[in-house]
Amino acid sequence: MSRKLQYRHAIREALDEELARDENVVIMGEEVAQYNGAYKVTEGLWEKWGCKRIVDTPISEAGFIGMGIGASMLGVRPVMELMFWSFHSVAFDQLVNNAACVRYMSGGLINVPIVMRGPANGGTNVGATHSHIPEGLFAAFPGLKVCAPATPSDAKGLMKAAIRDNDPVYVMENTLLYGMEGEVPDPADGDHVVPLGKADVKREGSDLSIIAHGRSVIHALAAAERLQEEKGISAEVLDLRSIRPLDTEAILATVRKTNNVLLVDESKGFGGVSAMVSHIIQDQAFDYLDAPVKRVTTIDAPALYSPHLENDQLPNPQRIFDKVLSMR
Amino acid sequence: MSFASADTPQLDFASSPINQSLTPEDKIELFRKMTRIRRFEQASLKSFSAGKMGGFLHLYIGQESVAVGTLSLCGENDHNITAYRCHAHALAVGMSMNECMAELYGKATGCSKGKGGSMHFFAPDKNFWGGHGIVAGQTPLGLGLGYGLKYKGLEGCALTYLGDGAVNQGAFHESLNIAALFEIPVVFIIENNGYSMGTSQKRSSAYRGCLAQRAEAYDMDWDLVDGSDVYQVRAKAHIAMERARKQQKPAVLEIATYRYYGHSVADANAKKYRTPEEIENYKKNHDPIRLWERRLLNEGVLSEELAKQIDNEAKQEAAAAVEFAEQSPAPKAEEIMDDVYWETDNDTEASKVGQHFFND
Repeated sequence: MSRKLQYRHAIREALDEELARDENVVIMGEEVAQYNGAYKVTEGLWEKWGCKRIVDTPISEAGFIGMGIGASMLGVRPVMELMFWSFHSVAFDQLVNNAACVRYMSGGLINVPIVMRGPANGGTNVGATHSHIPEGLFAAFPGLKVCAPATPSDAKGLMKAAIRDNDPVYVMENTLLYGMEGEVPDPADGDHVVPLGKADVKREGSDLSIIAHGRSVIHALAAAERLQEEKGISAEVLDLRSIRPLDTEAILATVRKTNNVLLVDESKGFGGVSAMVSHIIQDQAFDYLDAPVKRVTTIDAPALYSPHLENDQLPNPQRIFDKVLSMR
Repeated sequence: MSFASADTPQLDFASSPINQSLTPEDKIELFRKMTRIRRFEQASLKSFSAGKMGGFLHLYIGQESVAVGTLSLCGENDHNITAYRCHAHALAVGMSMNECMAELYGKATGCSKGKGGSMHFFAPDKNFWGGHGIVAGQTPLGLGLGYGLKYKGLEGCALTYLGDGAVNQGAFHESLNIAALFEIPVVFIIENNGYSMGTSQKRSSAYRGCLAQRAEAYDMDWDLVDGSDVYQVRAKAHIAMERARKQQKPAVLEIATYRYYGHSVADANAKKYRTPEEIENYKKNHDPIRLWERRLLNEGVLSEELAKQIDNEAKQEAAAAVEFAEQSPAPKAEEIMDDVYWETDNDTEASKVGQHFFND
């Protein structure tokens, strides 16, 4: 049996179950406890678990994220909320030099079992400072793991995998998905864990492959439906789910199947996740391609505010639809 | 860097209970540790100058009493972390000269298998969590060690060392605020050697009284310590550590000390931003090892012969460490991707899903 849950409630269920499973799990971040979470992801957890397990921090990202990393070295398993992943910039030294490198610099003596989570998306008219999409940025640092769930079920399953992982895992959520409902397996039917590093074919197709992650998957699915209905084009949609580790086999499998690829990525074109995926495809499946790999990414400028235009800067179903037609 | 002036009443911290509890052997051991650190640093300087090492070398010579004095107070549940001038802390917690020297040489037998280098020594089994290269970047980690102790209900404290050049970094102030707010058992120890690289304290920091006094802004206890006196270092650190352990109250200690060499060996201006007379004065009048030696000689705890013997042994140990490092193998290319992820190192189920490393 599965039930319909909102994306935010699926994450909350994952946190709640992991708090119950392991006494070392502690939720920390700005407004996560008494305020019930800026986006209500942690709603009710403080009331249930109390001040030791659900901790409000001051607005002090370098301080509290570094604190979480230090505590994780001693075996605490903090799940840190960044109210926006955009705020990574004020904690970058902690997120990169300390979380990602301390294991390596110690010759493997230390590990950092920590989760950093929060929304990383554009589309909410909050301007450039609050609309960064850094999954490609962090995936570029060996030592870190990164995932970006697109559905409530994956959001829950990946969160549980992230908390159980013994390395630092950065989970990129999306404010525009928090209210989205979807089927999530019932806990009574067993532990729902989605392993990091496993992509998921969200829609079978035969004419081309659309590879995406995060909210772009939802756009890709919408575009694929329209392409089928209006143009008779059968698009397969592969949801990466996890950025690092990356399911390279699934990427190559869909390329070999359809021979045409469109990558959809909410980051900018230069150096993002899709740039890496494109490289892997040309390197390992060149002979299977009927045409160059194409991309729909966020139009290359800082995130603009205007509610009249922001949606056009981001990947959306119309841009994906148009791009696919241009590839024919 | 301000040592007590002549008109300040001089307290004799030898009479404090934590120092009264020292046996003659304990006192000699403190002398031995400081001497070993100095001889290790001198040997590493020689090898560095001979081109045997890469990167930077930040020498601790002149500051030995700080690491040795404070770390001598640590028990089973006390943890410590520092910045890049970390060799003394490593040796003081019991890491061997061999593993430390081999790390400087970038050898596979180094404490970090040659992957960390001079600024990144670690020994978690000895509660030593580094060795960190970014100024003040380790201060939130030290806060986290204290948080971990409190979370687990252990009575201990986290000694978090930083230099006087680190006190203007945001991460340090964020750590102070959270430490006081959350009542974390952490003791921040500013090793004030007077210079943040080539910039003097007066040219780099705005402060009233002293740097540690900034703790008042966070309603936190602080104290100023003369680092040339081992008894004083131990007595004052003990008070701060006990308050942290028993009452979960953080503190800031500022320990006045001095480095004889530059910020690092690569510091071309080490003798330009301060006068030769200043350096000579510290060597002659404030050297922590010589002062401790004299103290123990006066107490009848140490003899000239034993002091000489300890020094010779330290020199030999350092020379043997150099030999060990020179003879040790370099790390292998096939080990470059080891120690990146715990899961791949341990060949777990999770490590078998997806591609973790990206090399064409």
